[in-house]
Amino acid sequence: MCGAPVQDDTLDRTLPASVDPATASIVQGRVVRDGEPVPAAYVRLLDGSGEFTAEVVSSATGVFRFFVSPGRWTVRALAPGASGSADVDAGSGFTETRVEIG
Amino acid sequence: MSRADVLVSADWAEQNLGQPGIVFVEVDEDTSAYDKGHIAGAVKLDWKTELQDPVRRDFVDKAGFEKLLSSKGISTDDTVVLYGGNNNWFAAYAYWYFKLYGHRNVKLLDGGRKKWELDSRPLTEQKTQREPTQYTAQDQDTSIRAFRDEVVAAIGNKNLIDVRSPDEFAGRLFAPAHLPQEASQRAGHIPTAVNVPWSKAANEDGTFKSDDELRKLYTEAGVDPSKDTIAYCRIGERSSHTWFALHELLGERNVKNYDGSWTEYGSLVGVPIEKS
Repeated sequence: MCGAPVQDDTLDRTLPASVDPATASIVQGRVVRDGEPVPAAYVRLLDGSGEFTAEVVSSATGVFRFFVSPGRWTVRALAPGASGSADVDAGSGFTETRVEIG
Repeated sequence: MSRADVLVSADWAEQNLGQPGIVFVEVDEDTSAYDKGHIAGAVKLDWKTELQDPVRRDFVDKAGFEKLLSSKGISTDDTVVLYGGNNNWFAAYAYWYFKLYGHRNVKLLDGGRKKWELDSRPLTEQKTQREPTQYTAQDQDTSIRAFRDEVVAAIGNKNLIDVRSPDEFAGRLFAPAHLPQEASQRAGHIPTAVNVPWSKAANEDGTFKSDDELRKLYTEAGVDPSKDTIAYCRIGERSSHTWFALHELLGERNVKNYDGSWTEYGSLVGVPIEKS
């Protein structure tokens, strides 16, 4: 990594064949630390009341994706010695966010 | 049964790596996680390809389980320490599965792979080699496994705990939020079930909450300790985690996991369903 800025708008928007893009609500984004993507972070989806809903591990490029119902969500990321979170308002289609950890 | 009999800490695990008679087994929802790094000496179990019958919807039979464990180099008397990602949810499923086939010494690594990684403990990509064994399983212990007729009969009589997320319970989602929503059956929950998401039993680092916190959690949700209990989720893995908390940590008797869970119940013709 050489400090290139992370472009969240370059995230892949391909969906599995079983998902109807007309009705799906997807929250996706990247975990970032000091401007660099963080792979293998634990990314937790919390609902509007702060209740844990799902957890994934970020990809080699720090990317995560959740299939949700529309509404307010918090994405929280954990890595050794660092954590952070971001709030999102999900509508239909893709909602993208970036979670800075430190 | 107490916490010390069924859970081991990461410190204990690190001190006991490579000990004869102790086998670490990784079971992940993401079945490729092990290949990217695992605890030294651990073997991998693939819940999708190794624990399910390839044709029917059921577990591998007793002979199949014996063959599987023999090939992994696990002996009947070994202490099996299970761990995995996502608060140990598939490791807890494997724990229940090992108990179903009567394995005596089986434990969960508290916090699983997540705590291990957050603690920056070592992982290796080195392949684990173990000599094949002659594993002997017991007949399935159906005192911990519920089937559909029993679940229908439990409506209004036993504790039914739906451990899925609130959106799945309410019928707004078919599957956990990190999976594509690909089910075709009806959404909702079994009437009279209380919703206690499985993850409430775990701390953020994946370790289990204390016995007092767990007891309070289920009591306040309306689980009556004087009644028998059936836990379910979508396919029976998250409810294994709750079964572990109730049966193994709190020592509640007569707790069953309904592994058919919502993908079976929500597809049955004529059974009652509640939404929201």
